[in-house]
Amino acid sequence: MPKEIATRVAYGEALWELGRRNQNVVVLDADLSGSTKTNLFAKEFPHRFFNMGVAEQNMMAVAAGLAHAGKIPFASTFAIFAAGRAWEVVRQSIAYSATNVKIVASHGGVTVGPDGGSHQAIEDLALMRTLPNMIVIVPADAVEMKKVVDVMAQVQGPCYVRGGRIKFPVIFDQSYEFLVGKGVCLRQGKDVTLAACGIMVHQALAAAELLASERISAEVLNLSTIKPLDEDLLVESVAKTGCIVTCEEHLVNGGLGGACAESLGERHPVPLERIGVRDTFGVSGHPTELLEYFGLMPADIVTAAHQVIRRKP
Amino acid sequence: MLEARDNESLAETARKIRVDILKMLNRAGSGHTGGSLSVVDILVALFFGHMRLSPTDACWPERDRFVLSKGHGAPALYAALAALGYLRPDDLMTLRQVNSCLQGHPDSKMCTGVECSTGSLGQGLGVALGIALGLRLDKLPSRVYALLGDGEMQEGMVWESAMAAAHYKAANLTAICDNNGLQIDGRVADIMNIEPLADKWRAFGWNTMEVDGHDITALQEALQECRHYQDGPSMIIAKTVKGKGVSIFEDRASYHGVAPNDQELKTALEELGEVAYA
Repeated sequence: MPKEIATRVAYGEALWELGRRNQNVVVLDADLSGSTKTNLFAKEFPHRFFNMGVAEQNMMAVAAGLAHAGKIPFASTFAIFAAGRAWEVVRQSIAYSATNVKIVASHGGVTVGPDGGSHQAIEDLALMRTLPNMIVIVPADAVEMKKVVDVMAQVQGPCYVRGGRIKFPVIFDQSYEFLVGKGVCLRQGKDVTLAACGIMVHQALAAAELLASERISAEVLNLSTIKPLDEDLLVESVAKTGCIVTCEEHLVNGGLGGACAESLGERHPVPLERIGVRDTFGVSGHPTELLEYFGLMPADIVTAAHQVIRRKP
Repeated sequence: MLEARDNESLAETARKIRVDILKMLNRAGSGHTGGSLSVVDILVALFFGHMRLSPTDACWPERDRFVLSKGHGAPALYAALAALGYLRPDDLMTLRQVNSCLQGHPDSKMCTGVECSTGSLGQGLGVALGIALGLRLDKLPSRVYALLGDGEMQEGMVWESAMAAAHYKAANLTAICDNNGLQIDGRVADIMNIEPLADKWRAFGWNTMEVDGHDITALQEALQECRHYQDGPSMIIAKTVKGKGVSIFEDRASYHGVAPNDQELKTALEELGEVAYA
C-alpha cells in the first residue's frame, strides 16, 4: 500500500518550512486554520499570521495589500469561499492588479464529504481559470503540493492552488520536480490518453491498470497546472493515441476537461470524454461513496475510455 | 518629501486641479464629475503638506501610501498626481483612451503613483489595511490613507475591513469618507441610509472625527491628530458637496457619472476663474 496523505496536510507542513526559510512569507486564514493546516505556521510565526475571522472577501483584499507592501501572502480557506465567496475581490484586487498573492484553498471537490453540497467546491477551477494573470494548479499528491508551495513562493504573481480534504495515495517521490505549466506523462500508452489532475490522477493510473488487463494501452498525464495548460504535452499525447478522457473532481464544465476541450478543439481535435460532475451540486456522504456516486471511480474512467476509443475514426 | 504650502497656494492648487478634472472629463466624454470634484480638497490636504511622498522616486519604501477606494474619483487623483509631478500634464488629456495610462478607474500596473487598482467599491480599505500591516511588519514609519465614498459604505465588505483594522490596531491607517450625501440613484439617505455614520465607526473601534471636507486647514489638522493617535485606525468623515466648486454640478446626483459637455465646461471654467479658456 502506498503512503496516504491529504494535500492540505502537505500544505501546512510546506508552509511551515517555507516560513522558516523566508521571512517575507505571511499567512492569512479565515477561521479555518485547523482545517486548512495553516495553524502550524500560525503557532510558529504568530506575528506573520493573520486570522481574518469569517470574512473571506476582506482576507483577499488584505492579502493584496500585504503583497503591495512587498510580502508574499498565502491566503487559505475552503475552496468554495476562496474561489466563490471572494471571487470578485480576487478578480480586482489580486488578478487585475497582478498582486503577488498565493491563494491555497483546501476542501476542493466532492471528497469534502459529509458537510454536503454547500461546502463542496466543484466550480472553483472554472471560476479561477477565467481570470487573466491567474495561475491555477491542482497538485496530484502531497509531494507535488509541497513542491508547488515552494515554487509559488519564487514565482511573481497571483495563483490559485487547490488542495483536498481526504488522505489519498502519494504518487511522486521526492525527486519529482514541479514546473509551472508543465504536465507530466506518468504512464506511456498508445490507445487512449487519460488526462487528470488532483486525486483523479491516482484514479486514472488505477484505470490504466484495469485497461491494461484488457490489452488497452492508456497514457496517463498529470496536468496539475490547469492554467497555463501544457498544450504541447496534450497535443503530443493525443496525436499518438487519437482520443482522450479528462478526469477531474470538478464540474465537467470549465475546469480541466473544459481547458483540454478548448485547446484540442483549436489545435488537434480528437474524440473526447469528460469524467467529472455533470450539472449538479454535491451531496452529503462518505468521500469514497461520493466518488462512486458521481462516477469518479477507475471503473467509470474505463467505461469512458471504451466509449472514446469506439468514437475514433 | 514635499514642503508645506500656505493656505492661499493650497486653495490655488485645488482650483487648478478642479480645472484639470473638468477639462479631462470633457475631453474623455465620460466619467465621474461630481465625486471627482468633491474629493479635491481632501486630496490637496493629503498630498500637499501632510503625506510623505517622493514624486521623483515613486517607489521610495518609506513613502506614505494612498488608496482611492472610491476609484471613480480617478480624474481627481490623476490631476493631483500631475500637480505633484508623477504624471506629465499632457497625460491628463488621454483619460479613458485606448493605450492611456489613465484608465477609467485607477490601474496601478499602468499609472505611476497609483498604489493599487480600484474601481469595484468596498475593496480599497481592506487593501489599505494589508499595506498597513505589511509596513508595520517591516517597522517602517509610513502611513496609509484610504479614501472612501459614503455610498461605498453600503458595501458589506467595508465593515469586514473596519472590524479587522480595529482588531489589528492598525494605528498607521487612516480612512477618509467623502461624505457628499449622494449616490448614482439619488440621496444616500433615500437609497440606503448609512447613518449614524460616525457612531458606526466609533462602535467598530475607530478613532472617528467629523470635519468640513472643503476646509483644507481643518482637514490637515484632523490628519495630524490621526497621525498622533496610537491605539488604532482613524476615520475622518469629511462633509463634502458633490460637484464642489461648480454651481451647476453642486449637490446633483445627475452629475455622478456624467462628464461636462462643451457649454457646461465653458460655464464651469468661467466660474473657476479660467476665463481665458475658450
